[in-house]
Amino acid sequence: MRKLLTANHAVSHAVRLARVEVIAAYPITPQTPIVEELSEMCASGALAAKFIKVESEHSAMACCIGAESAGARSFTATSSQGLALMHELLHWAAGARLPIVMAEVNRALGPGWNIWADQTDSLAQRDTGWLQFYCESAQEVLDSVLIAYRVAEQASLPAMVAYDAFFLSHTAEVVEVPSQESVDRYLPPYRPKLELGVEAPAAFGALTSPDYFMEFRLKAEQAMEAAADMATQAMEEFAGLFGRRYYPLEAYSSDDAELILVVTGSAASTARVVIDRLRGSGKRVGLVKVKLFRPSPKEEIRRLLGRAAKVAIVDRNLSLGAGGIVAQEIAAALANEPARPAIHSYIAGLGGRDITEETLEEIVEDALSQVRARPRPLWVGVRS
Amino acid sequence: MTDAPGPEELLRPGHLACQGCAAALAMRYVLGALGERTVVVLPASCWSIIAGPFPSSSLAVPLVHVPFETAGAVASGVRAALDVRGRRDVEVLAWAGDGGTFDIGLQALSGAAERNEDIIYACYDNEAYMNTGIQRSSATPRYAWTTTTPATSPKTTPKKNIMEILAAHKIPYCATATVAYPQDLADKVAKARKYRGTKFLHILCPCPPGWKYEPRFTVKLARLAVHTKVFPIYEITGGDTYRINIDPEGTPVAEYLKLQGRFAHLNETEMEEMQARVDFEWGRLLHKSLMEPFTRQQR
Repeated sequence: MRKLLTANHAVSHAVRLARVEVIAAYPITPQTPIVEELSEMCASGALAAKFIKVESEHSAMACCIGAESAGARSFTATSSQGLALMHELLHWAAGARLPIVMAEVNRALGPGWNIWADQTDSLAQRDTGWLQFYCESAQEVLDSVLIAYRVAEQASLPAMVAYDAFFLSHTAEVVEVPSQESVDRYLPPYRPKLELGVEAPAAFGALTSPDYFMEFRLKAEQAMEAAADMATQAMEEFAGLFGRRYYPLEAYSSDDAELILVVTGSAASTARVVIDRLRGSGKRVGLVKVKLFRPSPKEEIRRLLGRAAKVAIVDRNLSLGAGGIVAQEIAAALANEPARPAIHSYIAGLGGRDITEETLEEIVEDALSQVRARPRPLWVGVRS
Repeated sequence: MTDAPGPEELLRPGHLACQGCAAALAMRYVLGALGERTVVVLPASCWSIIAGPFPSSSLAVPLVHVPFETAGAVASGVRAALDVRGRRDVEVLAWAGDGGTFDIGLQALSGAAERNEDIIYACYDNEAYMNTGIQRSSATPRYAWTTTTPATSPKTTPKKNIMEILAAHKIPYCATATVAYPQDLADKVAKARKYRGTKFLHILCPCPPGWKYEPRFTVKLARLAVHTKVFPIYEITGGDTYRINIDPEGTPVAEYLKLQGRFAHLNETEMEEMQARVDFEWGRLLHKSLMEPFTRQQR
């Protein structure tokens, strides 16, 4: 069924379709409409979930940890400060191998207070052991929540679906909402591999000595590595059932490109327009959209970016003192390639500043004109 | 009474508690009264150690270790999962120390209590951060020595009244207990099970290394805490109906204090002050126990 939905409400529908059993969440702009809609769905009976209206994001994640430990498919949603408050428990959820799924609306971290788009919040959680999917449309957000459950439960790892504040969270577009029957075919009921149950009493998360700790971490890392292929497969199967194809890294006009622009999130749609125009004027430029950030799709990065002469990476985030996080990741993935491209790094769109066609065109033109990549990222669209 | 009140032992031999640990006894009594259809949610505390390291467990019931400040919230999530999966008959026991209850876990506990989550939350209170080596918590009594309140600069603020905080949430049942009265504790667990909603048990647990006394005095100290009125045994139903369960003998507070090295630096004036404060608080509690509860006034 086609519906006019914001990305936030697209998430609520995905959660309903995923037959989530326990929801725990706390309000924060711009995430709030997700849980308002879910509250309505739970109240009307459209979704038979228990919704725990907690007193903080920290407790939201703690509730999900409890619910998932006891074998229930669970969900939460947050943004920015709320995600930062969860930080300790993000590590815990991943270490406990709990496939919780979270919608994360990318919003800047204060100060000063800023409710607008910025991906530093989720990217700063890159070491917590959560799968991370980034999206560029409300449709992709809905689909990614379903894909996230599929992969998370297969890998026994938590997953977050991240998307830009307001550009997506509050912007309505026509979304194809799949039928319950088709989603049931894609996403079977959750069958926990281990659970907190009285039939088979066990202790979870106990004191773990140096004799065992590394093996637990290695198993989690192996699961994370395996999750990259699981994600590709889950996206393929999704395309087979629903006709919409996603990729961990999505290439656009990049086969023969000398320069490849790399973006994440809502800027990808703008970037396609820019690439088309520049192609029209004879420039051999292409685009790669990063959808899967964790696990890092290193093979795909090498395959899609390794042959270009230049890569221009747009980071809507900032790791103070180190620059753009996506640029660092891509540079690291290409580090041992014999003929690796020059990495041109750009910071743009922080705190909701618009990334326009002009912004991206300026970035492409700059990268094309540079003989050698700068040692530091170039900030685009800032006042001098 | 020397034996566990429950029909079976759910605390197994080989646990890692210190000699004379009241927190181990308390778990034994509470689980004995709850039975094997119980899930334990355990935040960081002495019990993180007592339960045993991977791959062993000293409990015969399922147990999940959780971060320090999360007992109330994780227990809420476990309860929700058990409910949606049709396992209403399984009890959820959050088992936290005083640090995890009075301090770092207070917010999550308040959230759970305000939502009236159907859980039993037991605080085993040994009156300091004992697992990290005896640092003061907000459950530490006035004038007590700890490693962060040295005898030359002891704690000057009173122990936080956690029972009043929980009662203010108007949850169905709050009760105090000690390991000196296991039948009273078991009866309270049984009573807690009958209520739907959040039940709070505040169990005083003397700690030989933390309070500085010989392990053989654990039960004696727990009994003295009751009879000196330092730790009255009472229950609050519906947040407003107070009932004192054990009449104290009125033993002088000094007899309780003098057995503990953590109070060894107290002079006579300070002991008299402690006595006066205990008498005052007891009077207030007595007054509340005589008040007509709201529910009865409405009839």
